[in-house]
Amino acid sequence: MKNKKKSFGGLGQLTIPVIALCLLVIFNLVRDMLFIYYFKDPNYVSFFSIELTKNNLDNMVFAGNLISIINGASELAILAMGMTLVTAACGGQDISVGAAAAIAGSVFVKIIKMSPWVNGIVVLFAFVCACIVAMIFGSFNGTLVAIFKIQPMIATLILYTCGRSIAYWINGGATPTVSSPVISAIGSFIPGIPIPTPVLIVIAMAIVFKLLFKFTALELFTQSVGINQSAARLNGINSTFIKLLSFIILGVCVAVSGCIGVSRLGLINHETLLLDIEMDTILAVAIGGNNLGGGKFKISGSILGAYVIQMLTITLYSMKVSSTDVKAYKAIVIILLVVIGSPVVKEKFGKLMSKLLGNRSKTAVKGA
Amino acid sequence: MKNNNRYQREPLTDTQLLMSITIVIFVVMYLLAMIILQGGFLHPQQIFDMLNDNASLIIVSCGLTVVMIGAGIDISVGAVTSLVVMSCVMYLNNGGSIAGSVFLALCIGLAFGMMQGFLISYLDIQPFIVTLAGMFLARGMTTILSVNPQKVEHEGFAALRSIKIEINALGYTAPNGNFIPARMELGVVVALLCIVFIFILLKYIRLGRGFYAIGGNQQSALMLGINVKRTRFLSYIISGVLSGISGYVFMMHTGAGNATNAAGMEMNAIASSIIGGTLLTGGVGNVLGTFFGTLTLTTIKKIVVSSGLNDPWWQSITTGGMLCFFILLQSVVLNRRNRKK
Repeated sequence: MKNKKKSFGGLGQLTIPVIALCLLVIFNLVRDMLFIYYFKDPNYVSFFSIELTKNNLDNMVFAGNLISIINGASELAILAMGMTLVTAACGGQDISVGAAAAIAGSVFVKIIKMSPWVNGIVVLFAFVCACIVAMIFGSFNGTLVAIFKIQPMIATLILYTCGRSIAYWINGGATPTVSSPVISAIGSFIPGIPIPTPVLIVIAMAIVFKLLFKFTALELFTQSVGINQSAARLNGINSTFIKLLSFIILGVCVAVSGCIGVSRLGLINHETLLLDIEMDTILAVAIGGNNLGGGKFKISGSILGAYVIQMLTITLYSMKVSSTDVKAYKAIVIILLVVIGSPVVKEKFGKLMSKLLGNRSKTAVKGA
Repeated sequence: MKNNNRYQREPLTDTQLLMSITIVIFVVMYLLAMIILQGGFLHPQQIFDMLNDNASLIIVSCGLTVVMIGAGIDISVGAVTSLVVMSCVMYLNNGGSIAGSVFLALCIGLAFGMMQGFLISYLDIQPFIVTLAGMFLARGMTTILSVNPQKVEHEGFAALRSIKIEINALGYTAPNGNFIPARMELGVVVALLCIVFIFILLKYIRLGRGFYAIGGNQQSALMLGINVKRTRFLSYIISGVLSGISGYVFMMHTGAGNATNAAGMEMNAIASSIIGGTLLTGGVGNVLGTFFGTLTLTTIKKIVVSSGLNDPWWQSITTGGMLCFFILLQSVVLNRRNRKK
């Protein structure tokens, strides 16, 4: 299946995230140049420097801005993968992922706390339980969307409203902590491996999705349900099941990211765990060039989108912007990105270019 | 309600049906609360308290209803409210006048409405993303203005805040013998005016009918000769200006600015509109329903508090459950109607 409508560069829908990443890299390069060669600031550390240091557990680990970007975006990237599927199948977004992740995290901590000792098997069991709970909540959302035909945003508004309170309820009104080498290995580093574990989990999840699309027809089915539901039904695709399945898969992603979030801090705080992540996730899907109205999708675009968001945040942090003010600058960048990516602007720009370059390039623009 | 249908010449439209369900449920719920819980629910002041506390939410929900009828969404409303509160507080504390602060509030609302409306209708960008950016922008600007809470220290404004409309007929005598009249804040009057204005706009004015048309089916609206882009643009302007007004009302209620003001207001407003029978797909909705939706949402919270479920999580869990009930009810009712046709 060849994508007929390729925009400039032949990157297809990956144009926006790739351009955004390039712009951010160029911006940071220019800033590095300015500080190192022009101001000659001796204390300035290059944005791209990566160093091998010892952490507090005496492991050799990588550290630097780039590492904190790919590490910090892990939860976002995992959620974005699941959200892309939901967006493609249902033409709407799940706004309850943050709340559901808080519930999954609470279950994870609750089960670890119940066990008298903590080892790998207990943690695995707790993770499986968290997955099951998140899948149940996912199928609740999915049932509302697929069977009762409610728009996803409204259906998930229910869990968004009460999810964090349910997490609070599970915790019994406390913010319990867990400390164990296994948990810290999941949240930060496995001894002997200098790459943060969340990054490895993202890679594993991406491979799982790739295999899923390679060996099943899930991608094709999801796209056809998203593009035209009745046509898909006439072709023998069970659209209700596909929609439900997409929410259940998102539930697994939610559980994974919730457990990573808990393991990072070693505690569960229902109010602050993955706060506002639903908005960032939807943003990652949109920056990835996926249509929020459903249909064609690319998971790689969403993952790139997640890294764009995190890179933007870290760039702003490195410029000494306070964490509360970051939102305003983020908003300006988002507006610029979507304006560049908007079809109307592209068309106007194309016309302008063809006027400037004469008739010769007219056909080229039409093909774009 | 089914029996009523027989006596009317035309069957109820979806809008009217969903709205009447909400109103009936609200009245039944309130009456039950009066009978079972008694206490504060027996005093008319309870309703006025609910209005006083939620005047800004009502105003924001009105704007959101207009946008949602036009098949859009605006999640920046809460953040704009917060930005308006903070900037008006700063302006008043730095020697500004009251008229100036009202003007400032309207201008901020208008600016956000115009920016978002332009991007959504003329550049054809998804409304969710644009208003999400608007929300980030407004929240970020609020914290850039001030991270610390600010209290208004302006004499004229304090006088304006203290004006309360007293209704003697609905007052009651306290146990110690003092007569307490029912009190209503100025913000409630503003909110009621907004409801009347939006109601007239949606019902009798050509522009308002246009919102229903573009929400119902954009293609047919275009064929009817409606300027779809301009209509959609105006819907976002109305929502923006109303969030500006709501910010001012919020400030009149609290008298202070805080970076976390109106947190989560957008979702409460969306929930109110949905409970009131507005569909996110567009074309169906009524501002009166939204008003009762807000009241229903508030009443649930009040009932939970007064029925002794004191644990902090019960309020939002019951709200979620109630929301679930309403959403399912609407879905079932509408599906059944569509099948009959």
